[in-house]
Amino acid sequence: MDKLVAQYSRPAHQNEFHSDPEQQDLDSGLPPLSLKFALPPVDNHASFLRAMTDDHSNPSCPIKLAHGTTTLAFRFQGGIIVCTDSRATAGNWIASQTVKKVIPVSRLSRGEDKPSKDPTPGLLGTMAGGAADCQYWLRYLSQQCTLHEIRHKRRITVAAASKILANLTYAYKGYGLSMGTMLAGVTPQEGPALYYIDSDGTRLPGNLFCVGSGQTFAYGVLDANYKYDLTEQEALDLGRRAILAAMHRDAYSGGFINCYHVTEAGWVHHGFDDMNPIFWKTKLDHGEFSNVTSEL
Amino acid sequence: MTMLLNHASHGDGIGYSFAQPTAAPVQQHSFYPYTDNGGSTLGITGSDFAILAGDTRSTSGYNINSRMAPKVFKIGGDDETGEGAQIVLSVVGFAADGNALKERLDNIVKMYKYKHGKPMSVSACAQRLSTILYEKRFFPITYTRFWEGKGALYSYDPVGSYEREQCRAAGAASSLITPFLDNQVNFKNQYVPGSGEGHALEPKKAEPLSRSTAEGLVRDAFTSAVERHIEVGDYLQLVTITKDGIEEAFQPLKKD
Repeated sequence: MDKLVAQYSRPAHQNEFHSDPEQQDLDSGLPPLSLKFALPPVDNHASFLRAMTDDHSNPSCPIKLAHGTTTLAFRFQGGIIVCTDSRATAGNWIASQTVKKVIPVSRLSRGEDKPSKDPTPGLLGTMAGGAADCQYWLRYLSQQCTLHEIRHKRRITVAAASKILANLTYAYKGYGLSMGTMLAGVTPQEGPALYYIDSDGTRLPGNLFCVGSGQTFAYGVLDANYKYDLTEQEALDLGRRAILAAMHRDAYSGGFINCYHVTEAGWVHHGFDDMNPIFWKTKLDHGEFSNVTSEL
Repeated sequence: MTMLLNHASHGDGIGYSFAQPTAAPVQQHSFYPYTDNGGSTLGITGSDFAILAGDTRSTSGYNINSRMAPKVFKIGGDDETGEGAQIVLSVVGFAADGNALKERLDNIVKMYKYKHGKPMSVSACAQRLSTILYEKRFFPITYTRFWEGKGALYSYDPVGSYEREQCRAAGAASSLITPFLDNQVNFKNQYVPGSGEGHALEPKKAEPLSRSTAEGLVRDAFTSAVERHIEVGDYLQLVTITKDGIEEAFQPLKKD
């Protein structure tokens, strides 16, 4: 009898650990990158790709991809604010004025993004550079984040998520990816965390980032008025005002102002608002933009 | 479709996005696999329907190769007529690539139905198309495309970024049609008469169009585009998707 018990009983802590195959599964880490992408039959695909798609060096290139952006995110005492414009340009053509440049990175919030009072759990990513690159790789990232959640029974940290993305962009360095993205999230382990990741493989933690063709204009406003102790309303207004400045001075930015607030409970959407009435309100009520005449 | 062109080489290694002066320009025959077959497509959605329309002309340079080459396809139908399909795809740009894409997506939607015993949802199919396009990220195919099904319209760029929209024009005459759509579908730059003076003037709110209004807009958009664009003409293919299924109609456009 003792022999039988010994054979079938296990130490009490056995179930707290992963089984050998599970452990192996975890150790092997992320699945290998999908390298099933089609490559052109030429020696140097990066320069082929650039010749065909880069409208900056070759205005008559046959394939024009969506570009141009202002996005910003900053940490403050109440969490993280993420704001973007909504314009996509292909050469001089405005391809869209309604792009959603804030992309939720979590399995719970991948559906249609409706403004809601209740926070939605998960991280936020922003989109600057190639629209398809950002959408595709942030979707890949949310897949990895979901797998992490299932394997480890807790949400992924922003540091870990940003590293998945940075390792990925580094692996594809030289292939011609174009993305400048910020990852924002609040986790119990790290508090509010903000990372900048781009297609060169750069990964930087920080308090405040602006990314895109209008970044300098947004930095100008943000640096002048930013304090860590901003209230939530002040922080949202500052984010909107910085985007507005960039839309006004950068021809590649415009459309609608998209605003998000990230807290530990998740993110809350604070509107996707047409810039035009906001611009006139800012000018007429606060006396800003005095270089523009208000006479009609 | 490989054309041999005298095209200045961009040199080896990773370069810059701005033009670089090269000391000795190396001339080489470059690989150029793209052709544009012209044409335009247009999609509008209402509350319970979606319309996808396209002209049927196929051009190559200044030559008109076909006057009846439809570019709106039914996806996931039961047979070759497309009966039973609930999703419609339209592609403009290089027609051969477009056709290959249509076949590919058609296969995927059908296999999904056989494997899961239910039709693929529109949002799932939209995302699947995005990943199909992204597989060619480093060797893009030239269509700008878009598609829709059952009241939802999604539009794509050549490498798979996509967005759900109310209306979208693509192809050769998109720059002619889009401003018209902005004004007539989203009421951009339209104001409520007598609602105020100067800055107090109230913008007109966009609301879902009725089916007859939307069809009228599609016809107007194409007859106007035909007047001013050489690559658009011959016939208008109008495909309307409602909960009851897909209706397809052809109407003549100018043949010049």
